[in-house]
Amino acid sequence: MKRGDMSHGRRIIPIVSDADIVEARMAARTLAEFVGFSGAHLVMIATAVSEVARNIIEYAKPGEVVLSVVQNSLRRGLEVVARDQGPGIADISQAMQDGFSTSRSLGLGLPGSRRLMDEFEVESKVGLGTTVTMRKWLP
Amino acid sequence: MRVPILKQGDYVIASIQSALTDDDLLKLRDDLAAHVGKYRSKGVIVDVTVLDVMDSFASRTVRDLAQMVRLRGAKTVIVGIQPEVAFAMVQLGLELGDVATALDLEEALALLQNEAR
Repeated sequence: MKRGDMSHGRRIIPIVSDADIVEARMAARTLAEFVGFSGAHLVMIATAVSEVARNIIEYAKPGEVVLSVVQNSLRRGLEVVARDQGPGIADISQAMQDGFSTSRSLGLGLPGSRRLMDEFEVESKVGLGTTVTMRKWLP
Repeated sequence: MRVPILKQGDYVIASIQSALTDDDLLKLRDDLAAHVGKYRSKGVIVDVTVLDVMDSFASRTVRDLAQMVRLRGAKTVIVGIQPEVAFAMVQLGLELGDVATALDLEEALALLQNEAR
């Protein structure tokens, strides 16, 4: 699939350097617009994608962000999966606390992203990697 | 992409033109701190109107920038944070600390001029 092609409602952005964070959030915004999101919702999605992509750069590069259009029985939405094969998170409930960070960031990445999206799940195995899945549904 | 920095009297103005990578933001921070020394500026204005995302890294870098500029004897004003961006920042739990903000360039210049009096 070409870059920017959204005919299948899906985009994969490799996250290797900090420039890819910008790429991921721009792609998220574009696909979210295509789904029908507007205004503050576009910014919330792009910001959440920025945070989870940055987590990969800070802790676990390389990884990838997969953006997909999703549909449940009621609504359309956007799904964001941020995946890496990094060191994993030993204590997920700790990582989900505001202000917790093992690097010098603000520690708002994961808990903040959860507040920006409607659904949020973290799966992680130490030594194997982390997958963050988040969804936002059209209001 | 490097952010152009203009000198305007006692102030320097950085007008962000497009989305910035983390590296670009760090360069902007360092360039502004250097400019304050070079031109003996009293104030720094950073126009972020075009930014459609201010995430944790951008917010932290802006706070660091303001702190560095303050230690060099000048004041920083951030201009043009969009309402949607402000909303997302609050949801994310971000704050700019005691960094001054203004709606537009005119207000930022007035703020710096009042400060100088």
